[in-house]
Amino acid sequence: MTEKNNNQEKVGVYVCHCGTNISKVVDVEEVAKWAGEQPNVEVSRDYKFMCSSLGQELIEQDIKEKGLTRIVCASCSPHMHEKTFRNACERAGLNPFLFEMTNIREHDSWITDDKHAATEKAKSLVRGSIDRVVHHEPLDEIPVEINPNTLVVGGGIAGITSALELADAGYHVYLVEREPSIGGHMAQLDKTFPTLDCSACILTPKMVDVGQHDNITLLTWSEVEKVDGYLGNFTVTVRKKARFVNEEHCTGCGICIEKCPFKEVDEVFEAGMGERKVIYRPFPQAVPKYPVIDKENCVYFKTGKCKACEKFCPTEPNSIDFEQEDEMLMLDVGNIILATGYDLFDAKKIPQYGYGKLDNVFTSLEFERMVNASGPTDGKIVLRDKESKPKSVAIVHCVGSRDENYNKYCSKVCCMYSLKFAHLVHERIPDAEIYDCYIDMRTPGKGYEEFYNRLLEEGTHFIRGKVAEITDAARIPEEEGKLIVQVEDTLIGRQRRVPVDMVILSPAMEARAGSKEVSQLFKMGCDFDGFFVERHPKLDPVATMTDGIYIAGACQGPKDVPESVVQGAAAAARVAGLISRGTVMMEPVRASIDQDACSGCKICNNMCPYNAITFHEDNEVSEVITALCQGCGTCVAACPSGVITGAHFTNEQLFSQIEGILWDVRPEKTIA
Amino acid sequence: MTNSEKPKLAMYWSASCGGCEISVLNIHEKILTVDEVFDVAFFPCIADFKVKDVEAYPDDHITVCLWNGAIRNSEGEEMAHLLRKKSQFMVAFGSCAYEGCIPALSNLTSKEATFDTVYKNNPTLDNPKGFIPTTSVQVPEGELTIPEFYNTVKSLDQVVDVDYYLPGCPPEPHQIWAVLQVIVGALLEGAPLPPKGSIVGVTNVAVCEECDLKKDEKTITRFYRPYEIVPEASVCLLEQGLMCMGPATRGGCGALCPEVGIGCRGCYGPMPGVEDQGGKMLSAIASVIGAGDETMEDDELEREIQAVVDTIADPAGTFYRFSMAHSLLQRAKVNGSNGKGEAA
Amino acid sequence: MTEQFEPVIVGFLCNWCSYRAADLAGTARIKYAPNLRSIRTMCTGRVDPQFILKALRDGADGVLVAGCHPGECHYVNGNIKATRRFVLLRKVLNQLGVEDERVQLLWASASEGIRLAEKVDEMTEALRALGPLNWEEKVLHRNNGHEAAEAIAVLEEV
Repeated sequence: MTEKNNNQEKVGVYVCHCGTNISKVVDVEEVAKWAGEQPNVEVSRDYKFMCSSLGQELIEQDIKEKGLTRIVCASCSPHMHEKTFRNACERAGLNPFLFEMTNIREHDSWITDDKHAATEKAKSLVRGSIDRVVHHEPLDEIPVEINPNTLVVGGGIAGITSALELADAGYHVYLVEREPSIGGHMAQLDKTFPTLDCSACILTPKMVDVGQHDNITLLTWSEVEKVDGYLGNFTVTVRKKARFVNEEHCTGCGICIEKCPFKEVDEVFEAGMGERKVIYRPFPQAVPKYPVIDKENCVYFKTGKCKACEKFCPTEPNSIDFEQEDEMLMLDVGNIILATGYDLFDAKKIPQYGYGKLDNVFTSLEFERMVNASGPTDGKIVLRDKESKPKSVAIVHCVGSRDENYNKYCSKVCCMYSLKFAHLVHERIPDAEIYDCYIDMRTPGKGYEEFYNRLLEEGTHFIRGKVAEITDAARIPEEEGKLIVQVEDTLIGRQRRVPVDMVILSPAMEARAGSKEVSQLFKMGCDFDGFFVERHPKLDPVATMTDGIYIAGACQGPKDVPESVVQGAAAAARVAGLISRGTVMMEPVRASIDQDACSGCKICNNMCPYNAITFHEDNEVSEVITALCQGCGTCVAACPSGVITGAHFTNEQLFSQIEGILWDVRPEKTIA
Repeated sequence: MTNSEKPKLAMYWSASCGGCEISVLNIHEKILTVDEVFDVAFFPCIADFKVKDVEAYPDDHITVCLWNGAIRNSEGEEMAHLLRKKSQFMVAFGSCAYEGCIPALSNLTSKEATFDTVYKNNPTLDNPKGFIPTTSVQVPEGELTIPEFYNTVKSLDQVVDVDYYLPGCPPEPHQIWAVLQVIVGALLEGAPLPPKGSIVGVTNVAVCEECDLKKDEKTITRFYRPYEIVPEASVCLLEQGLMCMGPATRGGCGALCPEVGIGCRGCYGPMPGVEDQGGKMLSAIASVIGAGDETMEDDELEREIQAVVDTIADPAGTFYRFSMAHSLLQRAKVNGSNGKGEAA
Repeated sequence: MTEQFEPVIVGFLCNWCSYRAADLAGTARIKYAPNLRSIRTMCTGRVDPQFILKALRDGADGVLVAGCHPGECHYVNGNIKATRRFVLLRKVLNQLGVEDERVQLLWASASEGIRLAEKVDEMTEALRALGPLNWEEKVLHRNNGHEAAEAIAVLEEV
C-alpha cells in the first residue's frame, strides 16, 4: 500500500512440514523456495517440525546470525503455536510482536487433497504474512494487577463450592444470591442419585460454613446491577434489596414468622406445593437465618395495618424495620465466577401433557418437595387432594428436551432423577405400579448404570417410547377416573394406553430466564439456548471469552451435583492461580486515538462495550483508556477520520495483508 | 507580455462547473497582486489564448498551472498532457481535479446510459432520429471531429503527474491566496516548497473540529433529507439524522456548510491515511445506526437495520459525492447482473 | 474442456468464533474448496468496509466476513456493528454493480466448522456461476486510450 516501507526489514520465512500433515498436500519446499524470492525476505527455510526445540532454535539462530528483523512461520493455527514462536523470537532478542503466523495446516493442507491448489494457497497466505509483518511494530505486554477479592454470583452448590474453595485458600469472597437464602436447587431436592444421600444433610453443612466463614461476605436477597472494569479490576454494583429486617439485631428466633397472620403460596422454594408466611425464611436451615418480608403481599405495606411481626419481635432494639430501603454496594474485585444455575422447563408449554390442567400431573420439582420429609406433605406421596395415595404412577422423561420443538439438547440429569423418583415411590408405596417412559436410558456416571439395574430389579415397568399425550378422557371403564398415558412402546412396536393415578414429568434444565441480559451485564457470551459459553468446550470449560469471568454449574449447561461441584472448584482454582500470581500480562492489542488528529465528532464514543472511550470536554477530543480496551477494533473501523489505531491490527498491516494474499491476481499498479 | 521575466500562470477549465475560475477571481483585490507577480500564460476563461500558443511554449515555460476539472473526454486528457509538459508545477485545483467530484458521479453509470438520458430519453428533447455525438462526422464541407467522451471520469492525477492538490468545491479564497503566496515566496525569495504531492490549504483534522455545533454521542434511527426537517439550531446535524460528511472530511473550509444548517458534502476529501472517504463514512454512519441488537435473530436483525438504511437516499452518491474517481472501486460495474447503477 | 474458473475469496474471520471454526473444519478434515484466503481480525467489528472494497479492487472475486452469532460476540456486540456496516455496504455495492453473492456475511461459532466449510463451498459455486470480477480489467479497463471503445463493447455484450 504505502511506499514508506521499510525496505530495510529482513524477514525470515519458515515453512513447516508438520511431519507430513502439511507436506503431504502442500509442496513445502516449493513454498519456501518461492518465499525466498519475495520482497524483504532475507532467508526462507522449510523444516520437519517448526514447533520442536530444533525448529525454534533455527529461528533463534537466524535472528542472531542473520540479523532478521521480522519472522513469518507458516505452520498450524496461531491458536496452537503463536505463543511458542513469539517466545522463540523473544529469546533471540526480537520483540515477539514482530512475528506473524501463517496457517497452512488447518486452513489449507487439511481441507483439500488438491496439491496444486493447496500449494498456491499456501503461497498467497505466506505472502500476506510477509507483506503484513514488515509493518508490524514492537509492542509491550500490559501488566495488570489482580485484586485478590472475588465475586461469586449465585449461591447454589456450584457457587458455594467456589466460594468455600477460595475462602479456605485465604482469599476474600463476596457471594451474591438473589433469593433470601443460599442453597439453590439442591436445597429443594430430597435425595441425590445414585447414593440416595439426603440432599439437605450434605448441603447444609456447606451452607453453614459459608455463613460463618471469615473470608466470605454473604449478600443474599441481592442482585448484581452493573459491572465495570476488566480482569483484575472489576467494580461491581450490587443492589442489596430491603429485607425489612435489621440483620444486626435479628437473632433468627423465628417468632415473627410464627406470629405473622398471613400466608402465601410458595412458588419458589416449595415449587407451588406449599405455603409460607409473608415474613419468611425459605426453609428452616436457611443461611442466613434472617427472615425477609414479602413487601408485595404484606398487609402492613398494603393497608398500613398489622405490624404483628414488629409487635412480637423480642429483640432490643426491634429488628423489624419497615423503613428499610434497598442499598447499593460497590464491590472491587479481581475476578468473577458466575454460578447462576438453571430454570426448569415450563411443562405448560406442552399442552398435550396436561400439566396445569390435569390435577395429578406433577413436575419433578413438585415431586421433590412432596417427597421431602420437611416438605408440604411431610414426605407423603399423595395426589393433589393431599390425601389419596396413588396406586400407579407414570414418570415421563424428556419433557422439553431432546425435542425439536423445545430444546434439542439432552438435559443429562433427567434419566437419573426419574429413576430416583421411581425408587422413592417403590420405597414409600411398595404396592404401587410404576411406569417409566423413556426415549433412551442415559446413565453414564459412577454407580449410575448400577442404579438403573437396581430399579429394573425393583419392578419398575420401563416403556421405551416418547409419550404422545396424557389425558383424562377415558375410552374404557378401566380408564375412568384415571390419567391415561398414551405412548408407543417401541420395543414391542405397539401403541399403549397406560391408566395411572399420578404422572410425574421430568422437564429439561433450561438456561435461566434473562440469561442473555446477564451475559450482557458481564460482557460475555451466551449460546442460542441461553447457556453461558465457555472459552473452549474441551480444554477450558470454566473460563469464558472475557478475561476474569468464569462460569460454574448449570448456567453453562445441564449438570448434576458432582459436576457442578467440580466446575465450582475448578473455577476457584483458576481464580486462585491468578490471585497468587498477583500481576498478569495482557496482550497489547489495544486501540489508541491520535489526539492531534481527532475532530471530536463523537462517532466512536458509544462503540465501546467496555466504556473505554472517554471524551475530554476541555480540548474536545476522545481518548481510549488502555486498561479498559479489550482490543476488538470496532472503534477503529468506525472512526471516520481514520485516526484510531488498533495496535497489531492497523490499517496499514491489514491493507498490506490484503495486497499480499492477492499477489497473484492483483493488478500491477494500484492507485495511491 | 509573456516575454517578461515574471513567473507564468496558467489555469485550465476541464470537466467542471467553472466555479473554481470564479473563486480565483474572488480573491478580491489580491487578484491585482497576482497580476503584479505573474504573467498570465494561458487562462481561457479570462483571456483569449489558443492551444497552439501553448504548444509553441518551450517545456516548463509555465511556472504554475492551476488545473480545474476532472478528465471526462479525450480533450481533457490531451490538454492535461500538454499543460503538464509545459508547466513546472501542476496543481490539481478544486475537487474535480483532485478526486473527480460531481462529474465523476457519472461513474455510477455508463457512457451509453448518460447519452441515453442526455440525447434520447428526456422530456425536454426533440431528437426524433436519435442522434448521439460521434467523434467524427462527414459533412459536405469535410470531416468534423469532436473529442471522445469517456466511459469513466478520472481525476487529474490518474492521467498526469500532479505536484500539489488544492481541494474544495470550490477552494476557499483565503486558501487560494495562501497557496499562491507559498509558490510566489518560493520563486521570489527562495522559500521552501511543500513536498511534492502535498494537499495544501487544508488542516489535518476533520471538519467537525471547526464546526461549532454541539456534538453528542450518536444513535440514528432515521435519516432525513434536508427538505424533510428543520434542524434544531446549534446541534450536530448528523445526530438529527441529516447526512453530514464532516466527520470523514478534511477540514480547512471553516465548516461553512454545517454551520448554516446544511450537512457537509465532503468536498475537501478524505483525512490523511484514509484510502476511501466514502467507505470510511459508510462505516461510521452504519456504526451509529440505532437498530438491531444482540438479542435478535439473524433475519430480524438484518430487517431492522435495513429499515434504517433504507432512509438513506442514494448512499453511493452521498458518500462518494466528491471522491468517486479517487475511490477504491472508482466506478460502477454496469454489466453486473444487478448492477444498474441506479443512483436515485 | 475449458479449465474451471477458480474464484478467489478473501475471508475476514474473527479470532474467537469463525477463525476457530475454520481451524475446526481443518482439524476434522472436512474437505472444502481451497478458494478462501483468510485474514484474522479480533472481531468482525474491526472489518472496515474499506478492506472489502480494497479486496474487490485488488482482484478478489468475493469477500466473506465471518464472525460469532449475534449474542455470542466475544466483545458483546461487535458483530452487530459489523452487520450494520454490511447492510449499508451491500446497498452501496448494489449501486456500484457488485452482485450480492460476492460479499457475504456468515455467523459461524467455534464449533461450526462444517457451517463455515459449507459456506465456502456454496460461495465458490456461486462465484463460479457469476464469473470473475477482475475489477481492474473488466470494470476499469485499465488500458488508456481504448477504454471507451471497450466499455461500449462490454455494454453491447449484455
